[in-house]
Amino acid sequence: MTAPSPAFDKVYPTVEKALADLLRDGMRLMSGGFGLSGIAEACIDEVARRAPRELTVISNNCGNQGQGLAVLLQKKLVRAVICSYVGGNPDLAEQYLAGTVAVELNPQGTFAERIRAGGAGLGGFFTPVGAGTIVAEGKESRVIDGKLQIFETPLRADLAIIRAQVADRFGNARFHRTGRNFSPLMATAATVTVLEADELVDVGAIDPDDVHLPGLYVDRIVHVPQHRNVIEFRTTRTRSAP
Amino acid sequence: MSWSREDMIRRAAAEVRPGTIVNLGIGMPTEVANEIAPASGVMLQSENGLLGMGPFPYDEQVDPLLINAGKQTVTAVPGASTFDSAASFAMIRGGHVDLAILGGLEVAANGDLANWTVPGKLITGMGGAMDLAAGARRLLVLQSHASKDGKPKLVAALTLPLTALACVNRVITELGVFDPTGAGFRCVERAPGVTEDAIRAVTGAPVSFP
Repeated sequence: MTAPSPAFDKVYPTVEKALADLLRDGMRLMSGGFGLSGIAEACIDEVARRAPRELTVISNNCGNQGQGLAVLLQKKLVRAVICSYVGGNPDLAEQYLAGTVAVELNPQGTFAERIRAGGAGLGGFFTPVGAGTIVAEGKESRVIDGKLQIFETPLRADLAIIRAQVADRFGNARFHRTGRNFSPLMATAATVTVLEADELVDVGAIDPDDVHLPGLYVDRIVHVPQHRNVIEFRTTRTRSAP
Repeated sequence: MSWSREDMIRRAAAEVRPGTIVNLGIGMPTEVANEIAPASGVMLQSENGLLGMGPFPYDEQVDPLLINAGKQTVTAVPGASTFDSAASFAMIRGGHVDLAILGGLEVAANGDLANWTVPGKLITGMGGAMDLAAGARRLLVLQSHASKDGKPKLVAALTLPLTALACVNRVITELGVFDPTGAGFRCVERAPGVTEDAIRAVTGAPVSFP
């Protein structure tokens, strides 16, 4: 961490500074994580504190159980949510039913692939998932390989906020276990990506073969060693169990 | 007598072949994992990015970043791998998952599945249900045979919103095992003591028996 900073050093001292000029009303915000697991906690806290309004949030769950991105809902900062699952998120269900937040539900694989397409410069894709369902309403359909398929468009955002286990100062990142989820995809599909890393290492410390997210997708890095790591369902077994 | 919940879970586990890749849905399907022998070489896929899901952790093993799709803490077995959500759903949508076991609300005679929403009652979103139903090579549905007020859940045509077209291979209920045939359902196994008439009385489509 004390090596001379190369020209591509992207490290910011705080999330306040990293996000300072990036937040504005009406922006499209991608946020990684699965439920509350693997979310960019410090970045979400800072967005909540700065409180830009009329946000479109692109996230699998948009928080859960009143925490994570649900804080943005509680502060009435969200205009629309693009997601796959709202179960366990009473704030979102309530504002959706009240008609104050628009919710666009996607099959989870379609959600992931739309983000991937957005980052990969694709104009969209056909998939049989959702064919014949409410997801297909208003979408172009075509029979391909004998299967009814629907056309899905790419997703992009102004800003992605993600968390990784380890990052170097160029932004090469490695994730931990199922903490990876949508985060590396979102980094590719946003105009600016801010990454908070549990651990910050020198360039070269992560073996090239172990990089999950190449650094070119990351614009700003903040070292955030402590996370709350809220567990939604702490399920365990006991030693006496079979 | 009809099967208990535990009987249904054991019967579902009998559908899992050694050495296959299996995805278990949230709820009762998750419990099928407890009935699969570790030596069978089955790898459980969890759509949030884990192939090789193990049992719940011991207390000191709990990792907040190692969860299943139901957001429960789990473990990874030797040989497990982790990946991002696009890779995970490429496995599912690309036909690389041999078997998915999901809960159901209604199954139609043509194999159509409804399991993600009840209009006006249930607001959760589909999560990975549509991907799994459409993409898994074989789909097994675990559900009750009829609603609490006796309304059939094996039906001629769905009354609830569709999850995926013609996707269900087999349904296990408390009354037996049923395969959609297009025209109706073929009962391939009856729970002990359950008569053909008892099944016909609570099924919303023709049922054939061997």
